Amino acid sequence: MYDITIIGCGVIGASIAYSLSAYDLKILILEQENDIAMGTTKANSAIIHAGYDPEPGTLIAKLNVRGSEMMEELCRKLSVKYDRIGSLVLGFNEQDRKHLEKLYDNGMKNGVPGLKILTGDEARERDPHLTKAVTCALYAPTAAIIDPWGLAIAEAETAVRNGAELHCSAKVTGLEQKEKSVVLHTAAGDFETRYVINCAGGWAGEICALTGKEEWESQLARGEYYLMDKSSGSLAKHVIFQCPTEKGKGVLVAPTVHGNLIVGPNAAPVEDPYCRETTLAGLDEVAEASRRSIDGIDLRQCIRNFAGVRAIISEPDFVIRPAAGCPCMLHVAGIKSPGLSAAPAIAEYAIEQLQAMGLSFVKKDSWIDTREQIRFKELSQEEKQEMIRKDPRYGRVICRCETITEGEIVAAIHSPVPPCSIDGVKRRAGAGMGRCQGGFCGPRVLEILARELGISPFDVLQDGEGTKLLISETKGGTAV
Amino acid sequence: MKYDLVIIGGGPAGLSAANAAWEDGCRSICIVERDRELGGILNQCIHNGFGLHYFKEELTGPEYAGRFIEMLKSTDVEVRIDTMVLEITEQKEVHVISAANGYEVLEAGAVVLAMGCRERTRGAIAIPGTRPAGVFTAGTAQRYLNIEGYMVGKKVVILGSGDIGLIMARRMTLEGAEVLACVEVMPYSGGLTRNIVQCLNDFNIPLYLSHTITDIRGKDRVEQVEVAEVGPDRRPIPGTEMTFDCDTVLLSVGLIPENELSRSAGITMDPRTNGPVVYENMETSIPGVFACGNVLHVHDLVDFVTAEAAKAGKAAASLAGTVSEEGPVLELKNGPVVGYTVPQQVHMHADFKVLEVFFRVRAVLGACHIYVRDEEGNQIATFSRERVAPGEMETIKIPKVLLAKAKGAVTVSVEEDQEESKE
Repeated sequence: MYDITIIGCGVIGASIAYSLSAYDLKILILEQENDIAMGTTKANSAIIHAGYDPEPGTLIAKLNVRGSEMMEELCRKLSVKYDRIGSLVLGFNEQDRKHLEKLYDNGMKNGVPGLKILTGDEARERDPHLTKAVTCALYAPTAAIIDPWGLAIAEAETAVRNGAELHCSAKVTGLEQKEKSVVLHTAAGDFETRYVINCAGGWAGEICALTGKEEWESQLARGEYYLMDKSSGSLAKHVIFQCPTEKGKGVLVAPTVHGNLIVGPNAAPVEDPYCRETTLAGLDEVAEASRRSIDGIDLRQCIRNFAGVRAIISEPDFVIRPAAGCPCMLHVAGIKSPGLSAAPAIAEYAIEQLQAMGLSFVKKDSWIDTREQIRFKELSQEEKQEMIRKDPRYGRVICRCETITEGEIVAAIHSPVPPCSIDGVKRRAGAGMGRCQGGFCGPRVLEILARELGISPFDVLQDGEGTKLLISETKGGTAV
Repeated sequence: MKYDLVIIGGGPAGLSAANAAWEDGCRSICIVERDRELGGILNQCIHNGFGLHYFKEELTGPEYAGRFIEMLKSTDVEVRIDTMVLEITEQKEVHVISAANGYEVLEAGAVVLAMGCRERTRGAIAIPGTRPAGVFTAGTAQRYLNIEGYMVGKKVVILGSGDIGLIMARRMTLEGAEVLACVEVMPYSGGLTRNIVQCLNDFNIPLYLSHTITDIRGKDRVEQVEVAEVGPDRRPIPGTEMTFDCDTVLLSVGLIPENELSRSAGITMDPRTNGPVVYENMETSIPGVFACGNVLHVHDLVDFVTAEAAKAGKAAASLAGTVSEEGPVLELKNGPVVGYTVPQQVHMHADFKVLEVFFRVRAVLGACHIYVRDEEGNQIATFSRERVAPGEMETIKIPKVLLAKAKGAVTVSVEEDQEESKE
């Protein structure tokens, strides 16, 4: 019997698991995919919003600002890439200026520090590639960029090191309520638990429906992106937003913590959270909108397009409350933007809710709250020397574009939440994230995965379940 | 460690540069190779057709590389395999790491850049659709088949008609796969004519010119692609869509010289070639640093890489430890139809009799002339051609005595002959 089970291990599930792992609880995490952070967490703008967007007084507003406050320290402790670069919301006319003033007022009410409305020239001084069309901008110094899946993985790893149990490929398909517990039927077997948290992202409605009561409607929206080569990484120095429209926060241009430039998203309603295809029309829309903000974006420098699905539901605020149809289930649903920014605060708030639901929290005597990750390329010359001396595998560069060594890849494969795919290695170690997109290192990462996991190369996946790469041997057979 | 010459990359360019430098008397040479063996991309090019110009015989890629590796054995050129260059400084210090020797700084009298190129990816051309497994660059697929011995698919559509894509169309067919189509966005092929004939026509693989993939479908593995005709603006024409059920898409949509090291060293780059700007001796803007092969500009034939790299190796050998002299510099420019020239600059005081200029055209032309003119419009030299195409690199040889007459910069242009104007 588990004290508590977390359904869904995106950044919300992982944040909750990390926070819960400080307490004397038997924790289970269930993830439907073959790896964690596979939904919205791996496909979003990678932004920590300052908190001027949400309507004052809402849970979103409160948790956004609180989360943004917590994030820097959390990322430092968990060795997650984070950079507080500030944001600019651009205005192009008088109407936009009024909108910026409204955002400024929102921000003041929400307690966002340091907001300032700039003239077009002041904005261009901060970010020289802004177009001439920009007439005013709202500057928010506390906005930041982050590695979103890196955060989720670091949190889940740390939770597991503190004793939490994680099952991947364990989609929850049924739920049986007992007197003081529930039994969850999953693809990986049945699990009995006293409390359940539904943070299944785009699938939260499905989990809710298992309780026999539907509490909201899904209103998923897909957003498409361009990820640009590092040569374009310096085109923006801040997170550059445009004034929000009724369709969303609009297309942003921002540097990423990995040194690339991200451009997107648009917003298009979709039925299925797996609807992550990009479209010609969507990419065109993104490209055109981005040109309003920044001069000189050369889309031929794109290294990858992708799309993510926002877990929007029919209720305007975050839904963090006990399930109507299951008294021991806490919903953490409708976590749309700025859900990533709010994640650590959502975890805090969820714990308060669970306390109110009767779960008792006793702090563990020893809780590991930090995690280290070695990033070879960021070490000094002396540290690099020392690292290779201790483990020669750090002297073998596998990913040329990002300078990722075999040592880092092997460390990732043997981490507490190990990857089972080439993209899983990419999300942890960074191999294949660069301009050749795994063209050179893919075959070598495949070989290392097969060797370290003791599996056949034919069973190494590109990413999710079923994403097989190799079909058969050639007529001449394999090299070995 | 100190060397007179450090060569970065042990593919065809690096090998040829090393041999040429050794022949020219340089006795302290080190080749740094990131892979586990010398030969570079030739090792996975198991088809024939290499060496027709240089050796006057048809070799496979590994055989061609083998000839140079064999030549190297009779020299004392030092080879560091499995060694990655992290940085080259302006002072020609080469920072390298390897599992065997850890972190080292090699002090070089001269450096030859021979890092080769990489393939453009799906992202660079923004193909819409899902992101399933089964989308490979042609070179990655080639590595899986020819080095690792794995098949990557059974029903294949190839986007782009670059040479590697064409070679892989044949290779996959011979391995029992069905290649449904080769789709090229331009109205002409990007590969060599001989490859169109030998790799597509001989296997009845249709080539769709002025077409592109407009959608990739499938959640886990590729299931289908949509192909449409494109207009002159290279945008898909609605209503021309057709679908192919396939499990694999191979991309052969261009090569990009791999110049991250050159850029971070502060070497002046040419946006037309994506490679360094070089003089007639392959020297870059940093004296004593030379570039050759696909890191300089993308070649079609390895034979030309070998010749170009030998030039760089010789120059590096004679300059090792010294700084090149100052003197008058002639600039080469590209005129109509010409995409770029290599070299871009010429030391007129240098010791050469004939200047060899490589370039690519931007369009397919029938009978035409290549004109070399100076700033005052004086014709320095002309050359005639039956046909020119972007997929086939052009080379001209201009005697120095003629170049010396040029007033100001010299422009290379191509003009179609009047009497045979097309359509």
